[in-house]
Amino acid sequence: MTLKIKSIHKNFGGIKALDKCSLEIKKGKITAIIGPNGSGKTTLFNVISNIIKKDKGKTYFDGKDIARLEDFQISRLGISRTFQEVRLFRNLMIKDHLEIALSDSDEKLMQNLFKKKKYDVKKIKGILNLVGLNKSLDTFATDLSYGQRKLLDLAVAIAKPHTLLLLDEPVAGVNPMLRKDIKKILRELNKRGETILLIEHDMNFVMDLAEQIFVMDYGRIIAEGKPKAIQNNPKVLEAYLGD
Amino acid sequence: MIWPYLTHLLILIGIYVILTVSLNLALGYTGLLNLGHVAFFGIGAYTSALLTKAGVPFLLAFIIAGIFASIFGYLLVLATRKLKGDYLALATLGFSFVIYSLMLNWTGLTRGPLGIPGIEKPSFFGLTISSTYSYLIFVAVICILSVFVIYRIVKSPFGRLLEATRDDEMGLRVLGKNTFKLKYKAMMISAFFAGIAGSLFAHYITYIDPSYFTIPEIILLLSIVIVGGIASIKGSIVSTFVILLIPEALRFLALSSSILGPARQVIYAMILLGILLLRPRGIFGRVDLE
Repeated sequence: MTLKIKSIHKNFGGIKALDKCSLEIKKGKITAIIGPNGSGKTTLFNVISNIIKKDKGKTYFDGKDIARLEDFQISRLGISRTFQEVRLFRNLMIKDHLEIALSDSDEKLMQNLFKKKKYDVKKIKGILNLVGLNKSLDTFATDLSYGQRKLLDLAVAIAKPHTLLLLDEPVAGVNPMLRKDIKKILRELNKRGETILLIEHDMNFVMDLAEQIFVMDYGRIIAEGKPKAIQNNPKVLEAYLGD
Repeated sequence: MIWPYLTHLLILIGIYVILTVSLNLALGYTGLLNLGHVAFFGIGAYTSALLTKAGVPFLLAFIIAGIFASIFGYLLVLATRKLKGDYLALATLGFSFVIYSLMLNWTGLTRGPLGIPGIEKPSFFGLTISSTYSYLIFVAVICILSVFVIYRIVKSPFGRLLEATRDDEMGLRVLGKNTFKLKYKAMMISAFFAGIAGSLFAHYITYIDPSYFTIPEIILLLSIVIVGGIASIKGSIVSTFVILLIPEALRFLALSSSILGPARQVIYAMILLGILLLRPRGIFGRVDLE
């Protein structure tokens, strides 16, 4: 077991964003969360990362209760994530992004005071090759196209040492070619033993990639299972198509 | 006749270079829209003046001035840790007012509007820096050291994290970096140098009162940083020279003092407006601040 969520509740005013939400993510698998807009998928990700504090419930990561940890402490435990909207450091170069993700000693001021910025070029190039981003390492994030920024965002999440990768809509707004590429990248990562939890609206992408799917609606998990079973589940059809 | 005047200007420029480069560390590199820098300057000036008046050796008072200002820097970040952008700017402006009010009203300590006269010239290791020329050398040494340390910080891996904090704090936190720690360290360093600049200022003009640490001073410091360029040390240095020297040209015109003061403010405003319209990133800036 990697991640276990038990009876999570989260209200925004009178709106129940998460309602008794429970799920368990197995190690080494690609798991997807799907559901209509506003069903609570991103809120669930934000609760897992503790960017949003939950009202009730428990979150365990590798058997450890992570409820009281801050977002950066959860990240240090080995949860790496992306957001729906690409979050990059717009005035920094590609190599800076990856070096920040790779380094664990750059926060120490005195240790770094007279050090020059160093880059593990071999490692950085390896990760960029994996995601297929062929740009100069000195390119600034603002000079990248949307698709390239999406790839850099993914590269940063991969570079950060982790045991669980949370991807929030990894192919949203991306052209069909790049979707294929991202699917390949995720498969390759999975082959290497990565545990991936993703949110996605593109059903073909999800059904083709995920081994396990959770369906959310109104903040609840309404169905769970293998892709084929989910496709024929009446509750799921109702959530997507209505009565 | 001209040399003492030039020496005086260079001393002020040296002190302002420390102030603006250190402000750029917090504002430009870390993205903390800090309008409380002038308060750190004032805290340093008063701390050093009061301590030396109480018999503390100058060098110790000078260092304590920086440390005391940096403690206030930490407290300011702690109090405003949930704030960003405009809200942070307003809160730090409020901090400036609080410190100004303390300087003005805590008369038992600061003598209020009467100020502190007769602040002694620095002396250490049996050496008294009494002439303006020797003071210029002293300020130049401290200025170069300060700029060097800040330069090393921003060019280090730690500096890269400060820039990442400015660009996307949440994005950095999910990479496992404690941005609160980064922000308070940046602010403490920035405040430390503002504090020692305050000490240099107090011991140079030998008299301070609260009017030196008010809103026009904040505007002047911000103008220098913005004109020079956000996240550019070189920009802050060049801009300090430009902005402090241009209004000095007015002295050579036969203007009455009632016109001279407002004319300076008009010039500062015109330079700032011109730069914002023509080069929004400043002379050497490469970063847009949101």
